[in-house]
Amino acid sequence: MTAVPDIEFRGVTKRYGAVTAVSGIDLAVPPSAFVALLGPSGCGKTTCLRMIGGFEQPSEGQVFIRGQDMAGTPPYRRPVNMVFQQYALFPHLDVEDNVAYGLRQARPRLSSREIASRAGEALEMVRLAGYGRRKIHELSGGQQQRVALARALVNKPAVLLLDEPLAALDKKLRTDMQIELQNLQREIGITFVLVTHDQEEALSMSDFVCVMNGGRIVQLGQPSEIYDEPADLFVADFVGKTNLLSGTVAGHSGDLVEVALADGTVIAARKRTALQQGEVVSVSLRPESLSLGAQASGPFKGIVRNRIFLGSTAEYAIEVKGIGTLLAKADHLIGHGNLFKPGEPVAIGFASGTPLAFAETKNNGANQRVDKHVEIIS
Amino acid sequence: MLLGPATAWLVVFLVLPFIAIAVFSVGERAPEGGYQAAFTLAQYANLPARATAFWNTMVLAPVGALACLLVAYPVAYYLALRAPQRWRLILLALVVIPFWTSLLMRTYAWMYILGGRGIPALLAFVGIEDVRLINTPGAVLLGIVYGYLPLMILPIYVSLERLDRRLLEASADLGATPLSTFLGVTLKLSLPGVMTGFSLVMILLLGEYLIPTLLGGGKVFFIGNALVDLFLQSRNWPFGSAIAITLVLVSVVVLIAANRISTRVSGARRVDLI
Repeated sequence: MTAVPDIEFRGVTKRYGAVTAVSGIDLAVPPSAFVALLGPSGCGKTTCLRMIGGFEQPSEGQVFIRGQDMAGTPPYRRPVNMVFQQYALFPHLDVEDNVAYGLRQARPRLSSREIASRAGEALEMVRLAGYGRRKIHELSGGQQQRVALARALVNKPAVLLLDEPLAALDKKLRTDMQIELQNLQREIGITFVLVTHDQEEALSMSDFVCVMNGGRIVQLGQPSEIYDEPADLFVADFVGKTNLLSGTVAGHSGDLVEVALADGTVIAARKRTALQQGEVVSVSLRPESLSLGAQASGPFKGIVRNRIFLGSTAEYAIEVKGIGTLLAKADHLIGHGNLFKPGEPVAIGFASGTPLAFAETKNNGANQRVDKHVEIIS
Repeated sequence: MLLGPATAWLVVFLVLPFIAIAVFSVGERAPEGGYQAAFTLAQYANLPARATAFWNTMVLAPVGALACLLVAYPVAYYLALRAPQRWRLILLALVVIPFWTSLLMRTYAWMYILGGRGIPALLAFVGIEDVRLINTPGAVLLGIVYGYLPLMILPIYVSLERLDRRLLEASADLGATPLSTFLGVTLKLSLPGVMTGFSLVMILLLGEYLIPTLLGGGKVFFIGNALVDLFLQSRNWPFGSAIAITLVLVSVVVLIAANRISTRVSGARRVDLI
């Protein structure tokens, strides 16, 4: 290990009465990383963020910020700042006073000239120069979001915490803000920890994604790893769209397993863990890994039921007898007219990659297989 | 159309009496008492005759309201932000329940508690002799705080209840100690409630005379005493009306000032007092 991690969790557990929100988490976030904590609601991601911010205390274990144990350190003495869900801007203060709020708390006191100039810089950074005297309720959602960012960043925190920062924005604005946040993180060079339940947001913005479920870390890795090499069935299903087909292990051939599907088709799949002969498994087929041809040879044949035209691509829901409905994605090459119509029969083949086979254990069992100590080395 | 009944109610019970009082105030006292039509400002010119009562009221009302506020704020704060959720309603009910009995009865009870056979007797029992509680300014203040506390607690409670807790977290996150968070966020955002409670209690205190009479020994006169005296004893209705009109004007000024202050400090929120 070269650098002291910006954030480190060691065996952190958080219980609320009988409910365990976070259970035995180990995590180290290196300096200058953009990390996303991703998971469904109730998976413990927000609790983790709030333990970094100091709003919750771990029931067990320790949280370190830049190598310092934060036990007993109240939020106002921690070198981190948070962008709250729905922003939590002060309604009684104007934009500039909201941004300057943290600077005014500094002891020894900063001169009013320094406060004004730093608040001005922060507003400029989020492209809100000239909005200083506006009231909060006069701003749009996107502008309020920027004020919240400026208010947190003006204090030059070691780590910026973002709690579902884009949830309240409409889709177009959200995409813009994703790019802006990414640029901002590179520009300032501090660690961003983002909490989100939106896998697209996590994959598109962050350097590392930490997928959580049931209070545990299920997988930690770069977005492409999470997408291409999901650790278990939960991750495969939660991150991105996928077709999950159940079948049984029919045989082994080298690193691959042969899986017999419900309709009798046997396909070769990569395995993530050791699988027994005859074991019930789920095979994950990404829609874009499937290829479609009018009469092409492939393992499946089906009938197009729905077509979702997405511009550069089109998605098809294809009914395959004995298997169910498969989702396939095909590029739309302009001028080629290669769109299939509902009702049309198609053959489905594999375009790229090998399907993944997962043992069909329930979520908790799957989670326990994950290594206790997970560390990102960038 | 829906405003019809409300408007009628206001006209009958507020506007008409007010006009009557205004008309009385420019009239003359009939020789045998009551009102006699005239147009003169003599009653208003005579106001300085009751300057002491005015002065005492102008001291009693804000001081009483302030004392009430100082006791009520911590209670409201505890109820809204600290009390366990399941206790909150019960505690709130306990604040309001005394209000269901007449203020007169409760003030008589205090007379007994503070009087010779009450607390002073208990103190004498443990060797502390000659403590005088009743008929002191302290007793009056105590009675006022006791009597008007719910009116102060409830609006403050409501404004603290509505306070977004994440603002407190945001403040702490930005480096504010609990004290600066209280002064910079909690107090400022609860100011509409504080101002509502303060002006409500203060306006009621402008007409208060019962508590000072019973617990203060009736040695100090207030406008309330003056009004009772003028309308019921000496039957000088025009002069009493002039005093009443002046009192209403003072109340309006207090209301406007309170509204201005809380609007300025806590942002664009309006404060609706009634």
